[in-house]
Amino acid sequence: MSDTTAGLLQTGLLIAALAAAYRPLGTWMAKTYTDEKHWSAERVLYRCIGVDPDADQRWPVYARSLLAFSAVSLLALYVLQRVQQHLPLSLDFPGVVPDQAFNTAASFVTNTNWQSYSGEVTMSHLTQMAGLAVQNFVSAAVGMAVAVALVRGFMRSKTDRIGNFWVDLVRGCVRILLPMSVVAAIVLVALGAIQNLSAGTDATTLTEGFQRITGGPIASQEAIKEIGTNGGGPYNANSAHPFENPNALSNMFEIFLLLVIPVAFTRTFGLMVGDKRQGYAILGAMTALWALMVTIVTWAEVSARGTAYEAAGAAMEGKETRFGEWASALFAVSTTGTSTGSVNSFHDSYTSLGGGALILNMGFGEVAPGGVGAGLYGMLVLAILTVFIAGLMVGRTPEYLGRKIQAREIKLVALNILTMPALVLTGTAVALGLNKAVAGEVPKDSILNPGPHGLSEVLYAFMSAANNNGSAFAGISVNTEFYNIGLGFAMLLGRFIPIILVLALAGSLARQTPVPATAGTLPTHKPLFVGMLVGVVLIVAGLTFFPVLALGPLAEGL
Amino acid sequence: MSNRVQGGVLDPRMLATSLPDALRKLDPRVMVKQPVMFVVEIGAVLATVLAIKDSGFFAWSIVVWLWLTVVFANLAEAVAEGRGKAQAETLRRAKTETVARRLSADGSEEEVPAATLQVGDLVVVEAGQVIPGDGDVIEGVASVDESAITGESAPVIRESGGDRSSVTGGTKVLSDRIVVKITTKAGESFIDRMIALVEGAARQKTPNEIALNILLASLTIVFLLATVTLQPFAIYAGAEQPIIVLVALLVCLIPTTIGALLSAIGIAGMDRLVQHNVLAMSGRAVEAAGDVNTLLLDKTGTITLGNRQASEFIPVSGVDDDALADAAQLSSIADETPEGRSIVVLAKTAYGLRERSQGELPSAHFVEFTAQTRMSGVDLDGGRQIRKGAAAAVLRWVRDHGDGVTNGPTAEVGEIVDAISGAGGTPLVVAEKPAEGPARALGVIHLKDVVKEGMRERFDEMRRMGIRTVMITGDNPLTARAIAEEAGVDDFLAEATPEDKMALIKKEQAGGRLVAMTGDGTNDAPALAQADVGVAMNTGTSAAKEAGNMVDLDSNPTKLIEIVEIGKQLLITRGSLTTFSIANDVAKYFAIIPAMFAGVYVGLDNLNIMRLSSPESAILSAVIFNALAIVALIPLALRGVQYKPSSASSMLSRNLGIYGLGGIIAPFIGIKIIDLVVSLLPGM
Repeated sequence: MSDTTAGLLQTGLLIAALAAAYRPLGTWMAKTYTDEKHWSAERVLYRCIGVDPDADQRWPVYARSLLAFSAVSLLALYVLQRVQQHLPLSLDFPGVVPDQAFNTAASFVTNTNWQSYSGEVTMSHLTQMAGLAVQNFVSAAVGMAVAVALVRGFMRSKTDRIGNFWVDLVRGCVRILLPMSVVAAIVLVALGAIQNLSAGTDATTLTEGFQRITGGPIASQEAIKEIGTNGGGPYNANSAHPFENPNALSNMFEIFLLLVIPVAFTRTFGLMVGDKRQGYAILGAMTALWALMVTIVTWAEVSARGTAYEAAGAAMEGKETRFGEWASALFAVSTTGTSTGSVNSFHDSYTSLGGGALILNMGFGEVAPGGVGAGLYGMLVLAILTVFIAGLMVGRTPEYLGRKIQAREIKLVALNILTMPALVLTGTAVALGLNKAVAGEVPKDSILNPGPHGLSEVLYAFMSAANNNGSAFAGISVNTEFYNIGLGFAMLLGRFIPIILVLALAGSLARQTPVPATAGTLPTHKPLFVGMLVGVVLIVAGLTFFPVLALGPLAEGL
Repeated sequence: MSNRVQGGVLDPRMLATSLPDALRKLDPRVMVKQPVMFVVEIGAVLATVLAIKDSGFFAWSIVVWLWLTVVFANLAEAVAEGRGKAQAETLRRAKTETVARRLSADGSEEEVPAATLQVGDLVVVEAGQVIPGDGDVIEGVASVDESAITGESAPVIRESGGDRSSVTGGTKVLSDRIVVKITTKAGESFIDRMIALVEGAARQKTPNEIALNILLASLTIVFLLATVTLQPFAIYAGAEQPIIVLVALLVCLIPTTIGALLSAIGIAGMDRLVQHNVLAMSGRAVEAAGDVNTLLLDKTGTITLGNRQASEFIPVSGVDDDALADAAQLSSIADETPEGRSIVVLAKTAYGLRERSQGELPSAHFVEFTAQTRMSGVDLDGGRQIRKGAAAAVLRWVRDHGDGVTNGPTAEVGEIVDAISGAGGTPLVVAEKPAEGPARALGVIHLKDVVKEGMRERFDEMRRMGIRTVMITGDNPLTARAIAEEAGVDDFLAEATPEDKMALIKKEQAGGRLVAMTGDGTNDAPALAQADVGVAMNTGTSAAKEAGNMVDLDSNPTKLIEIVEIGKQLLITRGSLTTFSIANDVAKYFAIIPAMFAGVYVGLDNLNIMRLSSPESAILSAVIFNALAIVALIPLALRGVQYKPSSASSMLSRNLGIYGLGGIIAPFIGIKIIDLVVSLLPGM
């Protein structure tokens, strides 16, 4: 079977699997977030936290609860890393240094999972399980909660209540992420991923060297790593490591896992607003962008020409032979498009245009289909922007799902869209522009490949952090104080500024009296609107990042 | 309409006459109100300073075109305002200092300046005098020349009581004498407000304009970021850029086209309303008009012609058509009511009966209609009597003048009458008493409301635009239904009282719909105030004009439909030019980025798909295109983009095609052409 046939078959299989899961999962999630009843296990949790699960919150209260929860998580995770050597299952690893501990705490609380460390030689089993893995669940549930709160803004009218954060958080974990992770972990074990609490196996390498191969609860971590679009792997090599991702089938399964919730969430949205077609439209736009980027990256990799590529037989540098170009490109686009950030190949080694496409894919704002929850609310924000421009063109005050988009809404949307590019561009500019040393290191000196590729590396790092993706281009030493702290703030601001703005938007939408749809209303479920939404995403990201991409990947690749 | 400035077209001379105003607007305190253009002005200042320090042909060319960009933007606004100013001049002339003849409590008159009149003062105005202030006629009737406001030279009648009692300061009494009670303070009169309105002094940003401004400001920030951060990247790449080039890039990227034209579009939109003789008290109301979901239209005068008209003669068995038509015509010769005239017209057009005048029947005695008899008719020479009128009255007359044996075919008449009533018409029974013999009913005239021509098509149009039309009438539900069906409105409100109207508006609004209505009577005032768009007729009472947020000087209720279209056109123009402006950026990147960096990264020359001649020429061409786009689009901004009522989907695909796709392609062509010219310049 040729690579092309195999690649197309794999893509087809992936789409079929997602289509099969779309309906049941989307419906289940809608039911989860609209259910009037609480499970008894959940009641226990509410009593522990001390909240009344039946009391809906106004958006500022919702936002405060979310921020308080995240702040406590950030602190707890920081402390846990700092004192891990005194706790059980320490594997004799020392405590993590402050700037790296901050970076890692910020990274996992923001669902980014940027890793400036190698998991197998830095984090104890306890830190992995009680710290990082717990954040893999709750940070994902936080993202979903925000999306659901925004959807409630479209569902409700004449109210200032957008739901209860604690209920959304608990239900997201208990009813969606936990059960899915259990099933997925078992499947992964069956596919060959490891699951133990071994401190490691000592091995002698071919060159008589000594190597300790750390074991661990890998399959269970791997499951939530993908399902929650987290991406932080227990091994530095991430999903390229055979213990995490042993074979082609497990590879497909992991791509499926990282796409399934963001994709099915569009159905949840459609069901909750009472018009499934609206969900299909959002899914349509996400799919179009994803398919476009898969095509570009696969084309860039497969058609790569050059002496190195010809010697190797293909653009296989940084790619696993058990996955090949097609499955690597598919994984790379899916992981950069979902803010997952797990990798099965090294993006730094992609062709320059392929790598540039991956940067742009994040530059869309992680909406194709985006992280759990974050993808939906990100795309809805862009849909509101599209509605605003399109709505004016049909001669009415723009409205989306019966809500008028006026000064307040557009202000929140505009700030939201501004945040990420501001963080990425200023971060990258500072890193490249600083000629003075920060804590002993000039940020520019971290670049291992000078020239346009080095620019791509720094750009990728800030793009990944501000978009809460977490994947690394590599080729740059980011475990310095400058990058640990700079990227840490990029992650925190890139996560929580949009969240606050989205919750404010939800509050402002919920207050409105819906306008009934007529023939004069812009239909937001038709292909024309989907096309325009895709166009807006492309143009917004394209116009923002074209100059910097021109000096990085384009300069290198053209 | 002679003294009005015509809308739509841009007179090239206006560009020249508006230039001083445009230059005056360069004042930063004025510019700051338009954030996008303010950024351009700052860029122009910065570029000028840099050019002075390091002068060169290229630098100075950029400086000149940056300043031109700002001037062109101001010119757009100045031209739009200029047209209003011309109108304001005309109005001011009407508002010359007048002397008012104030009535004192004891009935004596004193002459005071009009400016000192207080609300509640009574003034006397006689033929040839100008009415000193807005008010209501409380005594007398007069013909008034209102051409100063409406541009309509035919005089109108104003009389005390009823819905035609309001008069406007600055208009002229042509005949008779009236006493006017002043209802508005001097300085706040209708004409004052009108002047302020057309001059744009009272212009406030509308909600959608504010929202759009926010979007444009944030786009400007995004591009500012992209440009400012480009320098460190450029330095890293070893291709540090002159600041003037970065300024040029920034100005090309930020949405200058729409930023420059935004306020001109708003002013021109209001102006278009004024061209239609509609005064909107706020821009907000114009925007709301575009959003209207429900139109409440009064039946009489809006949907139907004011009066009922004869549509057919239905004889009873045994009487032929012509006999009935002849009798109907004879009975109506002296009937000067529109209904009576329509009977004569029908007899002529449908039955070929020659029109007869009263003079042909010198000895005939005409019987006038009275409220008691409820019939009219004629007693002809020789004893023949003809009567027509309400069924009950005429049939009683037949009975009274019968022989007591044959009462005429009353059962059959009854059936015809019921059928006409059931269809929403008004039946008039025609009967005769020959010189010899008993009276008998000949048949029935079917009077019906005549729906104005073209109304059904307009309502279909409305439906396609997603607007529901509701007919308001005092008729009974049966009649109302028949007319509603004929006119093609979506719904009707029969036997409507002002309270019903109000309740309907509130119900629609509770469902999130925006309601527009017209009205003229004092009892319409609460509903006019409640409606999102309330258009008061200029002939109406001051209370109505006060309550509505628009006044139609032509007092044409059908105008509501045009107002809606103007509101939509305003938004479409803004949206389309925004799309155009943003779409333009794609080509500008392809011009400027390779120009900046192809020197250091040769591969980037592949992005120079327009094959522009040199880096300097590419950058200058993009800046020139950017400036010229503003001038080229001024006429479109003033005229508004073409608007055809259609569904939202088809409108979107049309405008997206023209302004979105066109906005991507046009600058590629434009910049290439400019480059061909610029490259010929010495020094480039």
